[in-house]
Amino acid sequence: MLRLEPRREPSRIMFYATPFLAIGLTLLAGIVLFEALDKPPLAAMRLIFIEPLTSLRGVAELLVKGTPLVLIAIGLAISFRGGIWNIGAEGQFAIGALAGGAVALAFYPATGWWLLPLMSLAGIAGGAAWAAIPALLRTRFNANEILVSLMLVYVAVLLLSSLVHGALRDPDGLNFPESRLFQTSLPILIEGTRAHVGFLVGLAAVLLSWVLLERHVLGFKIKVLGQAPRAARYGGFSEQGLIWFCFLVSGGCAGLAGLFEAAGPVGQLVPALPSGYGFTAIVVAFLGRLNPVGILLAGLLLALTYIGGETAQIAMSLPSATTAVFQGMFLFFLLAADVLVNYRPRWIAKRSPAADPCARSEAPVATMQRLPTP
Amino acid sequence: MTPALLELHGITKRFPGVLANDAVTLSIDHKEIHALLGENGAGKSTLVKIIYGVMRPDDGFMRLNGEAYAPHKPAEARGKGIGMVFQQFSLFEGLTVAENIALGISAKMARSGLRERIAAVSTAYGLRLDPDRRVGKLSVGERQRVEIVRCLLQEPKLIIMDEPTSVLTPQEIEVLFQTLRRLVSEGCSILYISHKLEEIRALCDRATILRGGKAVGECDPKQQSAHRLAEMMIGTTLVPPQRAAFGLGPVRLKVADLTLASDEQFGVDLEHVGLEVRGGEIFGIAGVAGNGQAELMEALIGERLANAPGAIEIDGVPVGVRGPAVRRALGLTCVPEERVGHGSVPDMTLWENAVLTAKTRMKLATWGFIGVPRAKRFAGKVVQELGVRTRGIEHAVRSLSGGNLQKFVMGREMLQAPAVLIAAQPTWGVDAGAAATIHKFLLSLAQSGTAILIVSQDLDELFAISSRIAVIAGGRLSPARPVDRLTTQQIGLAMGAHGGWEAPPGAEPTHA
Repeated sequence: MLRLEPRREPSRIMFYATPFLAIGLTLLAGIVLFEALDKPPLAAMRLIFIEPLTSLRGVAELLVKGTPLVLIAIGLAISFRGGIWNIGAEGQFAIGALAGGAVALAFYPATGWWLLPLMSLAGIAGGAAWAAIPALLRTRFNANEILVSLMLVYVAVLLLSSLVHGALRDPDGLNFPESRLFQTSLPILIEGTRAHVGFLVGLAAVLLSWVLLERHVLGFKIKVLGQAPRAARYGGFSEQGLIWFCFLVSGGCAGLAGLFEAAGPVGQLVPALPSGYGFTAIVVAFLGRLNPVGILLAGLLLALTYIGGETAQIAMSLPSATTAVFQGMFLFFLLAADVLVNYRPRWIAKRSPAADPCARSEAPVATMQRLPTP
Repeated sequence: MTPALLELHGITKRFPGVLANDAVTLSIDHKEIHALLGENGAGKSTLVKIIYGVMRPDDGFMRLNGEAYAPHKPAEARGKGIGMVFQQFSLFEGLTVAENIALGISAKMARSGLRERIAAVSTAYGLRLDPDRRVGKLSVGERQRVEIVRCLLQEPKLIIMDEPTSVLTPQEIEVLFQTLRRLVSEGCSILYISHKLEEIRALCDRATILRGGKAVGECDPKQQSAHRLAEMMIGTTLVPPQRAAFGLGPVRLKVADLTLASDEQFGVDLEHVGLEVRGGEIFGIAGVAGNGQAELMEALIGERLANAPGAIEIDGVPVGVRGPAVRRALGLTCVPEERVGHGSVPDMTLWENAVLTAKTRMKLATWGFIGVPRAKRFAGKVVQELGVRTRGIEHAVRSLSGGNLQKFVMGREMLQAPAVLIAAQPTWGVDAGAAATIHKFLLSLAQSGTAILIVSQDLDELFAISSRIAVIAGGRLSPARPVDRLTTQQIGLAMGAHGGWEAPPGAEPTHA
């Protein structure tokens, strides 16, 4: 029987090395996969992971896809560090887009320098308000925030869809389920591409969250709450207040990402606006070790799988699930490597049915990995 | 000549960076109570784990009754007649005594007539136990009996006891010793691990002293003074703490009529607890574990709020319904009983753990931003002054041994120049040298006007440093009495008397 014994002090080097190990293993598994599918593996890998980086357009697209991933993952990382499992970023993303988009449509056809900031604020408020629901239920009734936030994703997506089919539908749009095109859109960062200033906001979020988590008392309190809730109480930190903060920040980030998507590359509200960024961002957050800089890199990497996956679909007629398969493998290999960083596997001869209660405390079988703690 | 019961020859065990056992040789005779004495980190637990088959030695060998003995797992050790009673019990609170015992022994033994045998063993050795009672309702002393009976059912030749008395009242200790002596007279041997030197002198025939992983000496503890034993253990001379008479200041911590229902299933409700601690005074609270100490600590720290503002006052400011942050700002520092995950965050570094409670008083943050250099300086000071053995303040607290974590947490709270210091088991798990350092710090804090409240199960410690002692039992606190007018026996009786002094066990609680 294989047993996992907790290591006394998990290696810090391995902690930061595992994401790279996971990437390597994913690439290896990808090669095996393509070989099994009878596609030339090296050419396919090149197409997915290198080809997009060879053109300005490709790099710009990387920023377009990377922006929402990074922005959402930053918010999620803050919340995950506190042991607050907000899984509903996808819904907060949708409501943020809806709220910000509704502001744009309400002032239609007016434009002005003030409109975009107003839309952004509405986007943040929308996402935060949607995240406030699980926060309220958790703090008031101790409801499980994983379930509540996840289920609210479907409510949010359907709410967006119904409004785009109804009240927010373009009156001149021949009954297509989409809103008017916004009169104001995000300034473009690289001329001739879709890369927009949202990426700069993403970078600012990386910087701010780093300061919050590494240097500010509030970030410190969040980390203590996540790692040792009793110590947080002993330290005199308000658990309820921290839960609210984590939800509002992660919801606000997701909402802003949603507004950027609507006011950036898409330019209007459509039912298909929430396309899974909110879930992929969970992978980004963990692959980036819940560390802002790591999240920036991981966000760009996963953005690459989106673009590369599309290219591979077109050029080699691979299934559209390619992207999801690679994203899934990243997370799988990362979590698997993490278990080995935190625990030492040991082969133990099969034991007699008379369990030994004393030995049990010596080597607990690990069923869950320890929280990553950079 | 018959061979010794158990012989260890050159047992060596290495861990990364540490030599836990360095060629330890010792022998345990038949019908002998053999003490294993040593500071924390001297290698006692490693050695015992090797004997009990939890770990295997890197070098050396063992003989049991002259035959080679190398157990691969505890079950094998038990099969060969070696039993162990751990310091931390492995019992399920929701199950009955008989069910718990059945879980810990081999399936064959558990099957038939178990209840009769439990009854037989427990009456034979004076270990009163009702097989049908739920463990959650038992006192700590009774729980230990369950462990001992479980061990005895396997008819061991050698019983290893790891710090068995730390949770018992003086009277319970006497009963335990009678049981142990009786076992020895019937042919059993006992390996007795403790740091309480008086007990070892009273009970044991021979003592092996471990220091830094080596067996540095063997002696007859009855022929040595406790002071001499302690010096052999730490390898230097030891100066006992001097309790000086300080002038008492004003009341700095006041608890009045604190009543608080526990929110845990097997918790203890606090009932009308009242006490006053003056500046310059060390106030001791004695009691058997699980009589409301944990609940009282939570209430004093502010993790659970009292019902009235005036229930707790710090320097005259009512803080009963204010949280820990407000109390800390007023000068309260505290050490909860559970250091890992409560008093410290295991995966955070030492300096981050300094920020956990010293943030406000030591000004480790300005405008909400953590002053990392200041925090590191403070953590470094704690490490230096308390002699915490660590690879550095950048390392996770998880890497500290129990005794060193204890020194760190105590130091962090003591070096904040507190107005009121509350500590549960201030010297739990630390060696005699470190305990002396901690006691010295506590006394000098008291001298500088701090009001100190100590909750401890170690009566020797309470008698050594406190000026007044009260006893907590069943969530009630007796009135305090000056130490020089108290005896161990009186405290032992009060531990069974629910908040009074003279009442015998079982009588109506006399509340003062």
